[in-house]
Amino acid sequence: MEHLRKIGVPLLSIVVFLGLWEGLVWVNGWPNYKMASPSDLPPAFWKYHMLFLEMGWQTLWRTVLGLCIAVVAGTGLGMIMGFSRIARDALYPLLVGFNAIPKATLVPVIALIFIGQHDFNTVLMAFLISFFPIAVSVSIGLSTLEPEYRDILRALGASRLTIFRKIALPKTLPEFFGALKVSVTLAFIGTNLVEIVSPHGRGLGALFKSGETNGDYPLMFAVLIALAFLGIVLYYAVVALEKIFAGWAERPHA
Amino acid sequence: MEHLIEIKGVSHAYTTKSGPLPVLDGLEIAVPEGEFCAVVGPSGCGKSTLTRLIAGLMRPDRGEVWLHGARVTSPRKTVGMAFQNPVMLEWRTILENVILPLEIVAPKMPRAERVARAEHLLEMVGLKGFEGKRPSELSGGMRQRASLCRAIVHKPDVLIMDEPFGALDAFTREDLWQTMRDLRAAEPFTCVLITHDLREAVFLGDQVVVLSGRPARTQRVIDVDLPADRTLDILFEPRAQDMLHALRDEIRIAQGRVPAAPAH
Repeated sequence: MEHLRKIGVPLLSIVVFLGLWEGLVWVNGWPNYKMASPSDLPPAFWKYHMLFLEMGWQTLWRTVLGLCIAVVAGTGLGMIMGFSRIARDALYPLLVGFNAIPKATLVPVIALIFIGQHDFNTVLMAFLISFFPIAVSVSIGLSTLEPEYRDILRALGASRLTIFRKIALPKTLPEFFGALKVSVTLAFIGTNLVEIVSPHGRGLGALFKSGETNGDYPLMFAVLIALAFLGIVLYYAVVALEKIFAGWAERPHA
Repeated sequence: MEHLIEIKGVSHAYTTKSGPLPVLDGLEIAVPEGEFCAVVGPSGCGKSTLTRLIAGLMRPDRGEVWLHGARVTSPRKTVGMAFQNPVMLEWRTILENVILPLEIVAPKMPRAERVARAEHLLEMVGLKGFEGKRPSELSGGMRQRASLCRAIVHKPDVLIMDEPFGALDAFTREDLWQTMRDLRAAEPFTCVLITHDLREAVFLGDQVVVLSGRPARTQRVIDVDLPADRTLDILFEPRAQDMLHALRDEIRIAQGRVPAAPAH
């Protein structure tokens, strides 16, 4: 029963959503070059299924790689800012300023610096757009650690590294995973920005672009759905990791 | 007599925006080995600073802190600490929380030995059967019991407690006093207890040190000549009542409510 609810309810909501979409297109009598309907999608997927697999894989690995770099760099930055007030004062304005820049404006800049390095540029953008929430959450998690938590180990002569490993790191994990869930979706935006804008790009973004060029609207919508699907998969992968590493933070339902 | 803890002329001040804020001023405390020293004083008189100094987490501006005939300049493995907040690590079970200090102090101790030691202590404080629970599943009093176990699991010579029972209700607090008394009977250690509760100080202490208001000096030391195996009833006996009255008067003086009696 519990399982049925957990899987059935989200599935039902998706079916209802698709039904409303189909209905909207049908009621308005829109042709598929104005708005594709869900029933246009399976043929589009079938027609290009090899492309979807190949491009989807391209988008996925770049996003995941960018995200992994963002996790390492974001955690590192967060640690520096969490432990040192001076570093925090120095880095926060820079980070906030950088984060405020619309990343679409960076695409041509990056494309000019690293001409033709499509894989590299895509991964770089996924990283640039997604490290900020991680850095901020880790730094806040560390800087708000109550002094008693540090003292129980410090009083025994434990090193800073030990205190970080045994107390600060696990205590920050729930915040970290909260930020990672935001970063997952951001990283997809980064990957696709580059894939769409770059000429001769690869990945789902490029497939979207080719759909636009050829006036194949069902293909464009199919790409959007494929992206949503990948986003959901990656998001729930993070949720699964969170359950393993920070499941203790979840209070049993009263 | 050999004093395990000696605090000699310790003064300390914090730097604040409005200049230095002196909290301790020429403090003198001496605790013989195995004795229980309760420290009472008005709010904000620097009692918590005192615990951090003894633990070696801070160094005083002036004066010296000695443990076991050696001057304290940094943290030592032979100290245990407990705070008002039980500071349970939510991601560990109760058993793993109690084991934590052993991971630092005795990294080579076999796992089975650690578990046995922790289980033994948990049983003594009445937490048998709760070893595998998460801290969030326990009541405040139970978490504080686990916190006490963790503070002494590595057999420290000195246990430093900063108002450990302050956040508990009156009956739970009295239960924990008795737990503390039993632990001391089973596991000898020297103890410094910071508290606001005069009855707690008299029930648990071998000596009660009264600190003056900020900056704190040693205002008075009262020896508690009650038997070691005291029960709560002893608090209603005249000799305990006399002590409580004397302490009450000292606190009033420390708070500055009545002028100190002229020296005679």
